[in-house]
Amino acid sequence: MVTVSFWVLAALATAAALLCVTRRSPVASALWLVVTMFGLAGIYVLLDAQFIAAIQILVYAGAIMVLFLFVIMLLNLGQGQRPDMRGWVGRGVALLFGAGLLVQLGVVARIVRAEGFGPLTAAYPLPPGELSRMQADQGVVGMLADPLFRQYLVPFEITSVLLLAAVVGAVVLAKRKI
Amino acid sequence: MLLGPALGLSALLFAIGVGGVLLRRNAIVIFMCVELMLNAVNLSFIALAQQLGPQGQVIVFFVMAVAAAEAAVGLAVILAVYRHQESVNLQDLNLLRG
Repeated sequence: MVTVSFWVLAALATAAALLCVTRRSPVASALWLVVTMFGLAGIYVLLDAQFIAAIQILVYAGAIMVLFLFVIMLLNLGQGQRPDMRGWVGRGVALLFGAGLLVQLGVVARIVRAEGFGPLTAAYPLPPGELSRMQADQGVVGMLADPLFRQYLVPFEITSVLLLAAVVGAVVLAKRKI
Repeated sequence: MLLGPALGLSALLFAIGVGGVLLRRNAIVIFMCVELMLNAVNLSFIALAQQLGPQGQVIVFFVMAVAAAEAAVGLAVILAVYRHQESVNLQDLNLLRG
């Protein structure tokens, strides 16, 4: 059941990503990217990351993509644009690099099938199913909050400084006269 | 276990994102392809977090915060460039060409 849902969501995410890359209108691209993010959020739920799935929908599909659509519509980039795909040479280069990455993926997959995850499997600190047990123990948010506010407290505080700098920077850049 | 398929899907989405960055000329669409690549990396973090502990999910949390900041600043840059050039097509941004 979990595997079937995974493959359905994976096919949805991949198809939407391909459409996002190939649609001519930026608005269509943005909406297909939202579909990809929803598919990925479903996969996160299957991988025992319910809180991250919620954040994915709220922050990515909600906030970030709305920001993108706002800018697209502010700049009036909807229909009637001249096509922005590269010429045939550029398409060949893009296909070459994409296919090269996929070939590397295939090589890795063959090694994994032949030898297992090797050093990674040796380093597994968690037995299978341990994460869902931790979630039942500490709660979905609690499991994430414990390392976030103990082990990663300093990076968390630095993130707040980063967000402040981003807010100030965005205002400075977007304002005509300060 | 879904670790192998999830990592495969992550690599596939990343390749699609790279292809999109190389294929398109619209700066906003290229930016969306970068977001797609970030999402692919997030997926591999979460797939590995299932085996290696919840720290991977914490990293995804940070990646999302940085992506939000990056989107805000990047779109402000695109707005400023559009005001200057009346275009977001990378072909028209050739001030540095001799």
